[in-house]
Amino acid sequence: MTKKKTFLDVVSTNRFIHTLLATILGFLFGAIFLAIMGLSVGQAYGRLITSVTSLRGFSYVIVYAIPYIMTGLSVAFSFKTGVFNIGCEGQFVVGSMAAAVVGILLGNLPGIVLIPLCFLAAMAAGALWGIVVGVLKTKWGINEVLSMIMFNWIAFYLSNFIAGIPAIHSDGSAEATKNISEHASTLLSADLIGRLGLAPTANWGILVAIAMTVVIWVIIEKTTLGYELKAVGANRFSAEYGGINVNRSILTALAISGAMAGLGGALQLMGMGNRISVFSSQEGFGFAGIVVALMGCSNPFGVLAAGIFYGALTYGGSKLNLVGAPTQLINVIVGTVVFFIAISVIFENLKRIKTRAQRNAEAAAIKRAEEKEEQK
Amino acid sequence: MTDIINNLGIILYATLIYTTPLLYAALGSCFSEVSGVVNIGIEGMMTAGAFTGTVVAYFTGSPWIGFLCGGLAGALFGTLHALATVKLGADQTIAGTAINMLGPGIVIMIAKVMFNSTDTIPLEASMKIPRLFRGVFDTTTVFGRFMDNVFANFASTYLVFVAVLIVWFVFYKTRFGLRLRACGEHPQACETLGINVIAMRFLCVCISGFLSGLGGACVTMAISTQFRPISIVGQGFIAIAAVIFGKFRPHGALLGCLLFGFCSGLKVVLGGSSGIDMQLLSMIPYVVTVIVLILFVGKSHVPSANGKPYIKSK
Amino acid sequence: MAKQYVDMKTPVIEMRNIVKKFGDFVANDGINLTVHKGEIHAILGENGAGKSTLMNQLYGLLKPTSGDILVNGKKIDMNNPRDAIDAGIGMVHQHFMLVQPFTVTENIVLGTEPLKGIALDMVTARKNVVEISERYGLSIDPDAKIEDISVGMQQRVEILKALYRGADILILDEPTSSLTPQEIVELIEIMHNLVKDGKSIILITHKLKEIKESADFCTIIRLGKYIGTVDVEDVTENDLASMMVGRKVTFKVDKPEQKPGEVVLDVKDLHCLDYRGVEIVKGLNLQVRRGEIVGIAGIDGNGQTELVEVITGLRKGTAGQVIVNGADVFNKPPRFGFDHGVSSIPADRQKHGLVLDFSIEDNLILQNYGEEPYSRKGILQRDAIFQHATKSIEDFDIRPRNSEKRAAGTLSGGNQQKVIIAREVLNDKDLLIAVNPTRGLDVGAIEYVHKYIVDQRNKGKAVLLVSFELDEIMSLSDIIDVIFDGQIVASIPGAQADENELGLMMAGGGKKND
Repeated sequence: MTKKKTFLDVVSTNRFIHTLLATILGFLFGAIFLAIMGLSVGQAYGRLITSVTSLRGFSYVIVYAIPYIMTGLSVAFSFKTGVFNIGCEGQFVVGSMAAAVVGILLGNLPGIVLIPLCFLAAMAAGALWGIVVGVLKTKWGINEVLSMIMFNWIAFYLSNFIAGIPAIHSDGSAEATKNISEHASTLLSADLIGRLGLAPTANWGILVAIAMTVVIWVIIEKTTLGYELKAVGANRFSAEYGGINVNRSILTALAISGAMAGLGGALQLMGMGNRISVFSSQEGFGFAGIVVALMGCSNPFGVLAAGIFYGALTYGGSKLNLVGAPTQLINVIVGTVVFFIAISVIFENLKRIKTRAQRNAEAAAIKRAEEKEEQK
Repeated sequence: MTDIINNLGIILYATLIYTTPLLYAALGSCFSEVSGVVNIGIEGMMTAGAFTGTVVAYFTGSPWIGFLCGGLAGALFGTLHALATVKLGADQTIAGTAINMLGPGIVIMIAKVMFNSTDTIPLEASMKIPRLFRGVFDTTTVFGRFMDNVFANFASTYLVFVAVLIVWFVFYKTRFGLRLRACGEHPQACETLGINVIAMRFLCVCISGFLSGLGGACVTMAISTQFRPISIVGQGFIAIAAVIFGKFRPHGALLGCLLFGFCSGLKVVLGGSSGIDMQLLSMIPYVVTVIVLILFVGKSHVPSANGKPYIKSK
Repeated sequence: MAKQYVDMKTPVIEMRNIVKKFGDFVANDGINLTVHKGEIHAILGENGAGKSTLMNQLYGLLKPTSGDILVNGKKIDMNNPRDAIDAGIGMVHQHFMLVQPFTVTENIVLGTEPLKGIALDMVTARKNVVEISERYGLSIDPDAKIEDISVGMQQRVEILKALYRGADILILDEPTSSLTPQEIVELIEIMHNLVKDGKSIILITHKLKEIKESADFCTIIRLGKYIGTVDVEDVTENDLASMMVGRKVTFKVDKPEQKPGEVVLDVKDLHCLDYRGVEIVKGLNLQVRRGEIVGIAGIDGNGQTELVEVITGLRKGTAGQVIVNGADVFNKPPRFGFDHGVSSIPADRQKHGLVLDFSIEDNLILQNYGEEPYSRKGILQRDAIFQHATKSIEDFDIRPRNSEKRAAGTLSGGNQQKVIIAREVLNDKDLLIAVNPTRGLDVGAIEYVHKYIVDQRNKGKAVLLVSFELDEIMSLSDIIDVIFDGQIVASIPGAQADENELGLMMAGGGKKND
């Protein structure tokens, strides 16, 4: 096909353009919603934009984006390998707690040792959480969506339990863990933050997130491992026929996916949280990962962009009540975006609709011609 | 001995309390999944029902109008899901995720505008779903107190068990049910027999939203007295889990919900008396579910066409 | 059969100048069809010629772009299958439209269920089903679930579904494609009984023999165009074939004499269970030597599928040995067998043979992705993979060209099979196992597949051919092993095989050969 692609071709086939269209529609819907509720669209969206475009605002956006990118990568990777990692939430939580335990108990180690150790612990915990679900699936045939939902809650209460252990629990009155050691912190130096006027929680975790984006992309696109995992995801029977160990592949895919979520938990803790509170409800980083993966079309670099976009919306959204608009506007916008991404199949059908219209016209023309002939 | 009977009564009461909203939602999930549409948007539909139910009850003063409107609000989001997945052939998981964001997003926004708070105003006792058997049993006897404990439940609880019976009857004893199940297994076969698959699925997803909405309304109109953003946190997903657990059958979902409710009830009673860490106790329902799955349930037959959009060729 | 039941004065179906377009593609281009009462009318054409499209319009599943459909002389606007059903048309689809976990009765009454009040009346339903099955001599078990019954019975259920709705005109779409020879005979008998009863049958097929055996008239379609309607008595199979393909076709496969070499595959006393845990292969022995094709003839369900699955490592056996080139591959993973010389063309190309979402180039390295030159140190070498694909597409005539990056799912069935054959032939293993390698392919593609299978034999490979098409087994095999009830009950040199004798042994009538 050397024919130049028409505009319609591009619109109907390019998934990134679908996402872009969906995003525009999302904001449009949000605007309508604001207007119906009698709020100023200009004020709300203006606030949204100004709050993220300053250097300080943008540094906040990046800080917010880090966990979303990681959970987004986790879910995107699972989509590529044929599992739906709805258990990302739990993997994030156990990863975060593993990093906290290491960061508190081994706090005397120097940062150069402690930080990698925290990362490893988190990735191991997240991977383990994924593998357990995988074993239930491969060994007993238990539906992974079901067990992931269970393990999200087990992770939730496990984290709360560990936060209550005396060696971990805060010495003060707070219902939370102790703060992790300064050595485990990924914060930029106070000096740098002050000089540039960045967010006080500005940290270099984003570099890890970007590195992982590349790693995941390489695994999916460039390696034989990626080939195996994708083959199992797309058709486990032919993968098995081709000599791929299907069960091992499922476990590997879930482990990698879980490790990404777990690492996300660590980055969130070591850059922003500093300690883990006793939760009263799920924090939703994992569920946000699903949204980010969908907005990023399950492409690692798409996820990177979508994670930052989602970070911007969350941070900008938190400033919305300053102009009297509810923060939840963000959920409405993002929900609409995702909804339109879901129905973006209609964009793909644009071409078909066009040809169908042509076809109907042709048929009508034939009919008219026939009628004329009959009249003669 | 008296203590044990007392505790047993409380456990059973708590079991039913926890089971009720899950069961409504699980029955809803059955309709959608069995007809062939994956609905992970149950959570969002429950949230819509939870908010709407309590708000309508607050303004009309009638718990039953509120309850019904809760269901209708869920059905509204069900219609949205059906529109995307059944009519337009959208990816069902993505659409469900969208519903889970839109549901809470929209209602909490409305709450903010209406009440200037994310919480609604608590219902007065008369606006709540009534308890049916208050004072029927003689609480001076051990047995009477036991019965009083167990039957201290809200009308919505008794209603849901009636609903299970009705749904079971509809699924397995009526024409509609036979066709519904066939649509989830082999939609092309249905089409060749002149059954309108699109209409069937559309209706089932709407029903699924309605029942989920009722489930949400139970939380805010019976168990609690107001809507808060954390009223619905994960119940929708537990309901889906119960349906998978119950092998996509209404009576199986009942068992799944009861198991879950019972473990939650146990947690409440043990939490008060045993001195075991509350967080560990809270894990029980989830751990038990997994163990039961391993030991007794195993693989479940997912309806063959579940998750696959059905697109009619023209 | 001599049109003994045909009432030439009463046309029941007339399709006039039917045109059906999908976008720019013209699937039906001015097709005419007239079917009379009591007639069996075959529609012959290769895969993709437009037969099913035509029938789907008659059954209301598709709307014609132009043209008229008349049923019993009345013009009818078919909007959906309901209209067709009301007009007395029933259709048995090639891929059965049966709900697997439902019972036979439930499947038959679905859509027109008898009621008692608001509830289903399954008692009446069952009674009606039994009644109608007896009336037409179509034996079924009304209470069995579809997933538990044979393909032949499933087909009878499909026919009953149409009859239950009062169909007078039955469309049978490729009805024999998954039937055993015996079941085909039964089906033809059923068809004759139905026309005797005044029904009309439209038979869609690409099998010439069946047309000769059963049909009164035959309409031929080629590439969407109407070629003509012939009286079946007046034409030979070869005439029909030429009309269908548009050129002369030969069904004979050239196969030079050659002496087989040493044993490559040696299966000894093999036992295994089927998916329900019932023993299905019961002490089977089998040998295949270099330079010979061993054909397994047998009725589906006698253990041939499971036998192949055990040899290729997809299923665990319970006892026995599977020796390939001296190594026991029994209960080893597929990779192990592959490394010791097993390659195979699987029965279900879409389920086992290909990853439909993967590109052609990726499908071509399904077993070799981890080997040089396709990967180095765990990194895929895209250039080498692409070049390999380009060459394979060229050498094996896979169409369209330049399709290296296209998803395998977008190819036609024949070209999908070519991708698999290219991969397995290029794997260059000592043993090639081919299971129903031509199922669903058109004549040209069948010739192509047969040529490659014989080529492999000529090159000194051992070939194990499993097929439900007896003709295929007979024309290709050097040795025919008959499988019955999980054992090889006879082993006959291909040249001496007689179709009737084979058929008898496949049904359990033969004795053990030694």
